[in-house]
Amino acid sequence: MIEIKELHKKFGKNQVLKGVDLDINQGGIFAILGPNGSGKTTLIKSVLGMVIPQSGTIKLNGNTIKKDWKYRKEIDYLPQIANFPNNLSVKELIKMIKDLRANYTQKDLELIELFKLEPFLNKKLGNLSGGTKQKVNLVLTFMFDSPLIILDEPTTGLDPIALIRLKGLINSEKEKGKTILITSHIMSFVEEISDEIVFLLEGKIYFKGTISELKSKTDQPDFEHAIASILTKSYA
Amino acid sequence: MLKILKYSFYDLMRSRWSYVYFFFYLLLGIVLLFLNNNLSKAVITLMNVIITLVPLIGTIFGVMYYYNSKEFTELLLAQPVKRTSIFLGQYFGVALSLSMSLILGLGLPFVFYGVFMSSAIWDFVLLLITGTFLTLIFTALAFNIALANENKIKGFGYAILLWLFMAVIYDGIFLMSLMFFEDYPLDKFSLIATMFNPIDLSRVLILLKLDISALLGYTGAVFQKFFGTNFGFVVSTAVLSIWILIPTYFIKKQASKKDF
Repeated sequence: MIEIKELHKKFGKNQVLKGVDLDINQGGIFAILGPNGSGKTTLIKSVLGMVIPQSGTIKLNGNTIKKDWKYRKEIDYLPQIANFPNNLSVKELIKMIKDLRANYTQKDLELIELFKLEPFLNKKLGNLSGGTKQKVNLVLTFMFDSPLIILDEPTTGLDPIALIRLKGLINSEKEKGKTILITSHIMSFVEEISDEIVFLLEGKIYFKGTISELKSKTDQPDFEHAIASILTKSYA
Repeated sequence: MLKILKYSFYDLMRSRWSYVYFFFYLLLGIVLLFLNNNLSKAVITLMNVIITLVPLIGTIFGVMYYYNSKEFTELLLAQPVKRTSIFLGQYFGVALSLSMSLILGLGLPFVFYGVFMSSAIWDFVLLLITGTFLTLIFTALAFNIALANENKIKGFGYAILLWLFMAVIYDGIFLMSLMFFEDYPLDKFSLIATMFNPIDLSRVLILLKLDISALLGYTGAVFQKFFGTNFGFVVSTAVLSIWILIPTYFIKKQASKKDF
């Protein structure tokens, strides 16, 4: 599905990605992990075309994404920080994004029901709390039926009920055969839902495989310690 | 691009500032008409205000809008929309809503005063056209500054400097050079120097249309010979258009290279 070859990106003097090679196949949940500043968001944004890499190629379904924009129809993206135009109401924002994607989905109603957003529909986005904004953000992401879903820190600000709903939502999308990329710092969340993990360290892929493979590679009994052992090794 | 333009425009039409700007011009138009009690004189006073104020509002508003809608821009960038159309749509959204405030705010009092019946109608129309040109030019320059500067404070600083340079400093340098080189024939030089500053160009264009170029002495006569003709009018409109096209091209260019 996604093929990344020799991806390099630097911001000013800061070399963030130093030759990332990554193949992600169709179907399944992939967690992209790594310490702060390891390039997770940069990697995701390169796939979306928001960050323009210095060199390297990214292919989506065999087609290179450079100088293209139509391929984004195949991607649903949840940005890390949910910040919307403050003058708009929730309803108007949803209508607008639907209009921009020229997609007449009805799934938004289902999702609004799922996250109990009805009372907020006519409120201005500027007056919503962080968690509610994140729910709106989730509605905007999941209301389209794209084969690739990219979630950047989806759990931020969510209450426990919304979190359970989100997990259900992610699993049901996976059952439809979709590919889902997730970044998160909450290890229990990652361990619970992901099929495979990709570990980024200092701008390179340090590890790619299942969680049990990671445990045996690092000789640690549980996931959290396995990650911690990679990090302490790299800091040492 | 039209969809983005539509939403930026709606967004601005709901914001308080568009109304403040609109009511300011409305009030200005009414006050000037009552004080002068003469359409032509009101047009001249108005010109002096418009020529400095419109660029200022254009730059500040352009920079402000860009920084304020940054997160939203990021949301749009992840949608299947062409990058350049996002920024051009936003630019035209801002420029159009500012022009609307200007045209409606000034137009209403003048229409009620009876500008359609008077001979000053074309002067007034020319005033509004140059105002719209100036809005388009300075909003485009502001978008360029904002795109080039991640830091808001820096962006605002450069925007204010740009306005100050075009509205005040350029004239100062221009006048000093005229005085310094007064022994040489300067008509060509001053014609060309005028072209390089859209504010000066608009001012000269309106002044000559108002037929008060006699006030400008010999240079006025040269200018009248040039700008007073149809050829001069076409050339200056073309130059003003170039002043829009070049910054717009750079918005496009910067937008397709930038990381978000």
